[in-house]
Amino acid sequence: MRIALFITCLSDALFPRAGQATTALLERLGHEVVFPPAQTCCGQMHINTGYQREALRLVEHHADVFADADVIVAPSASCVGSVRHQHATVARRFGRPELADRSAAVAAKTYELCEFLVDVLGVTDVGAYFPHRVTYHPTCHSLRLLRVDDKPLRLLRQVRGLDLKQLPDADQCCGFGGTFALKNAETSSAMLADKMANVLSTRAEVLTAADASCLMHIGGGLTRLSAGSRTLHIAEILAATDTADGRPTR
Amino acid sequence: MSQVFLGMPAHAPADVRALHGTQPFPAAARTALADSQLRRNLGAATATIRGKRAAAVAEVDDWEQLRFAGQQIKAATMARLDEHLIRLEQAVTERGGTVHWARDAAEANRIVTELVKAAGADEVVKVKSMATQEIGLNEALAEAGIAAWETDLAELIVQLGHDTPSHILVPAIHRNRAEVREIFLREMPGVDPDLADDPRELAMAARTHLRRKFLTAQVAVSGANFAVADTGTLVVVESEGNGRMCLTLPPTLITVMGIEKVVPSWADLEVYLQLLPRSSTGERMNPYTSTWSGVTAGDGPQEFHLILLDNGRTAVLADDVGREALHCIRCSACLNVCPVYERTGGHAYGSVYPGPIGAVLTPLLTGVLDNPTLPYASTLCGACFDACPVRIDIPSLLVHLRARSTELRAERRLVPTSEAVAMTVASWVMSKPRLFAWATRAARLGRLIARRGRIRSLPPPLSAWTATRDAPEPPTSTFREWWLNGKERS
Repeated sequence: MRIALFITCLSDALFPRAGQATTALLERLGHEVVFPPAQTCCGQMHINTGYQREALRLVEHHADVFADADVIVAPSASCVGSVRHQHATVARRFGRPELADRSAAVAAKTYELCEFLVDVLGVTDVGAYFPHRVTYHPTCHSLRLLRVDDKPLRLLRQVRGLDLKQLPDADQCCGFGGTFALKNAETSSAMLADKMANVLSTRAEVLTAADASCLMHIGGGLTRLSAGSRTLHIAEILAATDTADGRPTR
Repeated sequence: MSQVFLGMPAHAPADVRALHGTQPFPAAARTALADSQLRRNLGAATATIRGKRAAAVAEVDDWEQLRFAGQQIKAATMARLDEHLIRLEQAVTERGGTVHWARDAAEANRIVTELVKAAGADEVVKVKSMATQEIGLNEALAEAGIAAWETDLAELIVQLGHDTPSHILVPAIHRNRAEVREIFLREMPGVDPDLADDPRELAMAARTHLRRKFLTAQVAVSGANFAVADTGTLVVVESEGNGRMCLTLPPTLITVMGIEKVVPSWADLEVYLQLLPRSSTGERMNPYTSTWSGVTAGDGPQEFHLILLDNGRTAVLADDVGREALHCIRCSACLNVCPVYERTGGHAYGSVYPGPIGAVLTPLLTGVLDNPTLPYASTLCGACFDACPVRIDIPSLLVHLRARSTELRAERRLVPTSEAVAMTVASWVMSKPRLFAWATRAARLGRLIARRGRIRSLPPPLSAWTATRDAPEPPTSTFREWWLNGKERS
């Protein structure tokens, strides 16, 4: 399958390893990965902060860039959620039904990595090896917007060597919420404190999730406190193998 | 909506204090977050109700279908709200009640005050009611020399504590029983000075206090959970039976009801009587469901007045996205699952409607520029939508209101905020792939201030992030560079 990678602006600029791991994983599974270089940002930050007019040009740009792709995969539930649940709405808000249709067509072939692996490729054992104690945070948008359910856990359970620990109160938001983390920084931090307490209670080395943004938030809290757990995008775990030095990308 | 302003629909006026907080949400939240007693009271209470609700909902095989039915009946009713209200007025009138229409809080308060005075009373007993909280009825009656006694136990605690409600269902959720005991000892006339903080003892003290009021009051004031247009029947759902006392003992009954509470038929009501108690208190059925249609000679109140309240509701109805908020049946399930509400409590919202539904309903009723910070008081985590028994898509409504807020600012040519400028620049850069590639490469400059893979301090507005969280060190090359350089290991 020829898969167009929707890297997301955050991964492109700050977390390229998540994208590199996604590429490596999909290629290992025998697929061709392409990167449409004109892609930029889905506009979720603009939409969720109230700037839909400014987001409109990003929505249109995204629809143009990915119009010809066979299938589109992103290492982010949140960005896929925006494409799937917001883009057409934004287009219609500004009287652009033809753009809404194009956005809907792109959305229909856009997948978050874990749902793509399980639902489209039909694999749960991706041949990964990751000998560490790991806990998994189901991000809000993967859980309640995309409804990925236990697909990421099914993938993690097949990873050799991986010791999966249940995260208490896993479905609770970490407090990121995009610009919420700035506009309501104290409330966001209060939510983060509880999430970190739950992560630390598992004694896991690694906290993983399907969204770099939430991991940036929880990870930023964990390093600030030198808490002893680190964050890793789920693509990096699924891409890890024991052909190298038995350790993943970092 | 007509392009020519015809005076309708109007938002709730700015002097409706129960819908206008004195502080922006972030500032009010800061105060609440520092109150460790409040945090622990709320955490314990919301966790308990969440558990009860989850168990009660899990028992119902067709819960999701019920939610769909609840959503669809409300949507269909709102589409013909005017017709249903006129049918309701006819049916109530035919059965001996009197219907009044109130444009806003001031008009509703004036009607109630005149009715109480006409009955020759200087005090009223009250059934727990959000509508009368919304219009500030108790304060308006007090100004006219009329005492209003709250009879719902939690509302009584709030009233005696000179406090305001912080939850739709459990107004005193921010208090624990030790605090309730202190309030009773301080404020309840004739209370036993040896009162313990045992729930039963506290309830018995409240019962003694209230029983006198039930037996002497000449007028009762209630809200309504539902009104059935077909038969002109009002419905109040409660747990304690104190509402039933108010609805049956005093000779005059005055009900203040938001116009969105009407349902066409008893068959429709049946759906909501299944959805509400399980979502609200986590019970299969609530202990007391009172229904009445007009007046019945020799049985119950002999005079009944129904006040149909707008107070911004037709303005909400005119918003083709926002109108969904009028479907709310005030169960408060969204409050109990909201991670923001659980930490800040209800007072931070500055409105009688707190939590996720309050963050949409309040700015919809007042106009979003009167409550500009409320739509941002959410991470859009979506827990509220999953819990809502009538499937109100609260996250999408929040996003819609955020957009309305920035659009209205632009329309009124208010000075753009630094945020608006930054967002405009960002969207322009992001729509130009080459510029975007340059900008993401420029982020590498952040490496200059990074130490051991993290940035501990950033300038405003990003300082709000680094106050409690590290920022990641930007990588040596972006993904795009890595790809275009032939995927060399960086």
